[in-house]
Amino acid sequence: MSEKIKEYPGHPLSEQDISTGKVLTTKWRPKARYMYAAGVAISKFLEELKNGRIVGRKCRKCGRILVPPRMYCEWCFRPTDEWVYVKDTGRVVTAVISYIAADRARLEKPEIIAVIELDGASPGMGILHKLGEVDPEDVKNMKVFGMRVKAVWKPPEEREGSITDILYFRPLKEGEE
Amino acid sequence: MTRRVAIVGVGYSDFRPATPDVAFHEMMFEAAVKAYEDAGVNPRKDIDSFIACSEDYWEGFSIFDEFVPDQLGAVLKPVCTISADGMYGVINAYLQIRTGAFDIVAVEAHSKASDIVNMWHVMAFAFDPIINRPLKMHPYVIAGLEMMKFLKDSGNTEEHCAMVVAKNKKNAMKTPYASYGSIISPEDVLTSETLFHPLKKLDASEFVDGAVVIVLAAEEVARKLTDTPIWIKGVGWCTDTPWLEFRDWSRAVYAEMAAEMAYKMARIHEPAKQIDFAEIDDKFSYKELQHMEALRLCRKGEAGLLVEEGVTERDGDLPVNPSGGFLGVGNPLEAGGLVKILEAVLQLRGEAGKRQVPKAEVAVTQIWRGVPTTSGAVVVLGRE
Ligand SMILES: [Zn+2]
Repeated sequence: MSEKIKEYPGHPLSEQDISTGKVLTTKWRPKARYMYAAGVAISKFLEELKNGRIVGRKCRKCGRILVPPRMYCEWCFRPTDEWVYVKDTGRVVTAVISYIAADRARLEKPEIIAVIELDGASPGMGILHKLGEVDPEDVKNMKVFGMRVKAVWKPPEEREGSITDILYFRPLKEGEE
Repeated sequence: MTRRVAIVGVGYSDFRPATPDVAFHEMMFEAAVKAYEDAGVNPRKDIDSFIACSEDYWEGFSIFDEFVPDQLGAVLKPVCTISADGMYGVINAYLQIRTGAFDIVAVEAHSKASDIVNMWHVMAFAFDPIINRPLKMHPYVIAGLEMMKFLKDSGNTEEHCAMVVAKNKKNAMKTPYASYGSIISPEDVLTSETLFHPLKKLDASEFVDGAVVIVLAAEEVARKLTDTPIWIKGVGWCTDTPWLEFRDWSRAVYAEMAAEMAYKMARIHEPAKQIDFAEIDDKFSYKELQHMEALRLCRKGEAGLLVEEGVTERDGDLPVNPSGGFLGVGNPLEAGGLVKILEAVLQLRGEAGKRQVPKAEVAVTQIWRGVPTTSGAVVVLGRE
């Protein structure tokens, strides 16, 4: 509404207008289903997660170790050369406390999501995952930056070749490598 | 402005009906490496701009644009996506070069049709949700409706359509990237399962996976890169109304207008005489006939006759779809236009091997975006 327009003609739609069929509604549920081919690099990555290992690809030209692995180097524009295992430890690049679930519901217990640079991978490369056993205060006060963390894996018999074969990353303990 | 633009490199991945072993980006990388090798360019240094053509619903990603730079050598370079067939990408690359701002531009399009589980449902999503979708039609009903009206008005017959299928599947036998080549008779087509009368199973192309990359360059650069630049002589594109209720069901008006635009630019006054061969859209058999007439490769109502007389065979006076078309190669979704251009470039260079057409100086390529669209583009290519 503005100074000149005080009210619009007609009346607003009510919940009841819709539920009693006074308003035409049409429903269409998109059944867009896909079977994404993971490809050569990510298939191997997932297969190794099942084995409790994290694998990358090395480009001999620039020397970088790409994690997650790719069959080509985006900088050199050439095929990558070999599989390289990296550690399941690393340091936090950035993190967030998420109070809201994927469906916008309020989470009872907020989650911490982080980008982790893995030991053995090239700078800035690693994994996007959840942090556990971390005090949210350490995120708020920015202590989380550079925090040393380690993967907590599902038991081998429960792994299925998925990013969720890692449950979360926890802080490295005193004296732990 | 007179800056001429040529195609200097083409590359394609292994085309197959299903590619569960590779991801879309690995397929794109393969096509890109081959195209850049063919053009003799390094994408990290030489290519100024990249255009990828994709449709989110085919990909199963939102904002698919974000997933294209790495495998094209385009990281931290000007990249954009066109949500349309690859031929629109080539036309945009041509225009980018004509501005003078870019000298070398690469265009990519691909199909990962085998990743799509509910193809018909994804296609039906293109119908108007309020007045068309409630009828719950299979999307190919649109092709059946159009085929019916086109045959009635033009005088072409179901037998002519069947001849197109037999010709294209035979042509595909000699095309290394074709997945659906076979030796069948028109009778086999006519007796195949009726899907949407008069459209039969073999009148419709099957889907295929694959990626194509094409490199374009400004004249002065193109002459340094290659001895056989293939020139873009004319481009056109056009979209008719989306309404199923009042579109022209008998003529492909979008193709007529796109062709007029391209022909005017290419100074083609008598296409049937000036064009040596055509790579045109045959996602359905009748579409080849309808598009031949729209592109004035023959008079209205005579396309079927030309097919019957063998004029459109690979060794005929006016070969149409020497590659085997989509009926023989497969329908690679948004890569369709690039497959047409790829074949035309190989033929014009004289590099088509066993499937080389006898005379290849000027070619017309044409694409239609498929049901339920009335969109299409035309590119005229030549050796001079
Ligand atoms: Zn590299």
